[in-house]
Amino acid sequence: MIRVRFSATAFAAMALVLASAFAAVAQDSAGQPNPPRQDWSFSGMFGIYNTAQLQRGFQVYKEVCSTCHALSIPFRTLTDPDGPGFSEDQIRTLAATYQVTNAEPNEKGEIFKRPGTPADIIPRPEAYPNDQAAAATLGKAPPDMALLAKSLKFERGFPWFVFDALPGLEYQEMGADYIHAILNGYTKPDDLQWNLYYPGHKIAMPQPITNGAVEYKDGTPSTLENYSKDVAAFLSWAAEPNLPERKRIGLRVLIFLLVFAVLLYLVKKRIWESAH
Amino acid sequence: MSGPSTYVPKSAIGRWFESRLPLFGLVHSSFIAYPVPRNLNYMWTFGAILSFMLGAQILTGIVLAMHYIPSSTQAFSSVDNIMRDVNYGWLIRYLHTNGASLFFLAGYIHMFRGLYYGSFKPPRELLWIIGVIIYFLMMATAFMGYVLPWGSMSFAGATVITNLTSAIPFVGNTIAHWLWGGFAVGGPTLTRFYSLHYLLPFIIVGFVVLHIWALHVAGQNNPDGIEVKDLQRDTVAFTPYATIKDVVGLAVFLILYAWLVFYIPNYLLDADNSNPANPLATPAHVVPEWYLLPFYAMLRAIPSKLMGVIVLFAAIVVLAFVPWLDRSPVKSAKYRPAYRFFFWVFVAIGIGLGYLGSQEPTEGLALIARILTFGYFAFFLIVMPILSFTEKTKPIPTSIADAVLTRTKTAVAAAE
Repeated sequence: MIRVRFSATAFAAMALVLASAFAAVAQDSAGQPNPPRQDWSFSGMFGIYNTAQLQRGFQVYKEVCSTCHALSIPFRTLTDPDGPGFSEDQIRTLAATYQVTNAEPNEKGEIFKRPGTPADIIPRPEAYPNDQAAAATLGKAPPDMALLAKSLKFERGFPWFVFDALPGLEYQEMGADYIHAILNGYTKPDDLQWNLYYPGHKIAMPQPITNGAVEYKDGTPSTLENYSKDVAAFLSWAAEPNLPERKRIGLRVLIFLLVFAVLLYLVKKRIWESAH
Repeated sequence: MSGPSTYVPKSAIGRWFESRLPLFGLVHSSFIAYPVPRNLNYMWTFGAILSFMLGAQILTGIVLAMHYIPSSTQAFSSVDNIMRDVNYGWLIRYLHTNGASLFFLAGYIHMFRGLYYGSFKPPRELLWIIGVIIYFLMMATAFMGYVLPWGSMSFAGATVITNLTSAIPFVGNTIAHWLWGGFAVGGPTLTRFYSLHYLLPFIIVGFVVLHIWALHVAGQNNPDGIEVKDLQRDTVAFTPYATIKDVVGLAVFLILYAWLVFYIPNYLLDADNSNPANPLATPAHVVPEWYLLPFYAMLRAIPSKLMGVIVLFAAIVVLAFVPWLDRSPVKSAKYRPAYRFFFWVFVAIGIGLGYLGSQEPTEGLALIARILTFGYFAFFLIVMPILSFTEKTKPIPTSIADAVLTRTKTAVAAAE
């Protein structure tokens, strides 16, 4: 006869056996390290973007990455006060420096280009009008950076992926860590396409940025570490501009629901008294 | 429990309406005066939670449909537009995707409650079968919904699952082409999945109505598995007792929902789906959403394609036969120690299969997957029938009222 306590222990034992078997399997394979976790201003329940950091990140994108990578977001989103927070004038001037193909042909039926406006989407790099042109030059098309930070992931393994969902321990910044790691991962100077963190270590993109490549206007040191942090934060904003508003609303919703649930429970107890 | 309502409206307008369409009487007899066992625990609140989630999914889905464009060239960017430019579009989208996950979480808890307490036993067999149909429709809806954003994983998932039809002998390829609307997953596939994804939830609503109707004919099962004998002693009116309990359960569930949507909205979303679909670039690891992982593991565990498909469908179909596989006269696992042990083993198997579904199948993992698949079917086809006849069960209480009173007596005695 099987006793009551046995079934609970049996379940726990089975779960542990399975878990340790899977934990052994799920570690990173030899020589393929996971991007190290960084501190970000926008992590955690109360984290939001740092406007100055995002502006520096945009500068890095514009001066370095935009040669090959598209960033298909409208110019006007750069005025987002929760994001880079540029002024409307700045963005109008910036957009006008780009030549954008007009959606409709002119009266003569010709497709023409005109200076950009804030409503336009940031144009693709001039050299690569489409993915095939980019892939022809570099071996692989440089991905559009609008959602890049959301599209990057790596195995966390058991039990870390469970902790990543818990309040206080939540981990949503894998994309930013990955971008930061790649930019700092060119550790073999003699092999331009070797990257420590890229799967298989062979990346089509040679090292794009080094110390001193961009001069920051606010006096932040021009180091690779700063470039990679700033551009990773900027790209995180580009992929997830709703983050600050989402967390603001979320706090009010959670507090309301917690108070409401407690009150409802007290009401429930009161109602059920008459049932006993 | 069922029969014509005795409700008489207090106002003249109410009586005018009631004599033409007895809607209020129906609501009164089904959700206000309706008797409910007094010993139900919070496991019984998930029906209400599921109804709420179905409504939430339909509401958020309809709003999304106002902005989504079901074209293979515009779907991905229309979702991006919803996320960036539509007012609170990000919120509606995250509510919908995370809502689907929580819909399944509540669904699984609801189903496991049924397996544990024997809610599928006579006279509730049809209720259970309607539930299995709802589950199957949910899976179809979720699968098609996942294809709609037309991301990398959407495309890969659509390709993998629709290719299964080609395993059918003789007519397989014809069916696959008919399903795709072409020779591979493409634009026509997307548009027809959109149409069906919009349709199926309303078919689910129809089956939910049948589900609740069938439930109200037999009445709720309860944690002690004893049928109601005396309405006065064994039951309480649905309102306010069950209503408030359902609302408390829902409030706690909503806390989990809010945590997911506002703080970790991308936790359950696969990162590969933030890349646009590209037929020439398959993701490194193709996995479905978590709620389909156990079945994915079973599908991959079987070496033959056709047998894999058969096992996949058999795993769902076997659920419909449970009322005839488990014939134990004792309903609740509370009084069935042997069944309880195997139930928890089954839960562990389910979780194990789910984890395996998310990993790449190596030699060792494939073997474990096969063992667990065998275990899954063994629970239904071997354990349940054998235990029905050979299990030594604990003595069951004589009535619900007695079960509640002995528990309160022991609690009071322990407190003294």
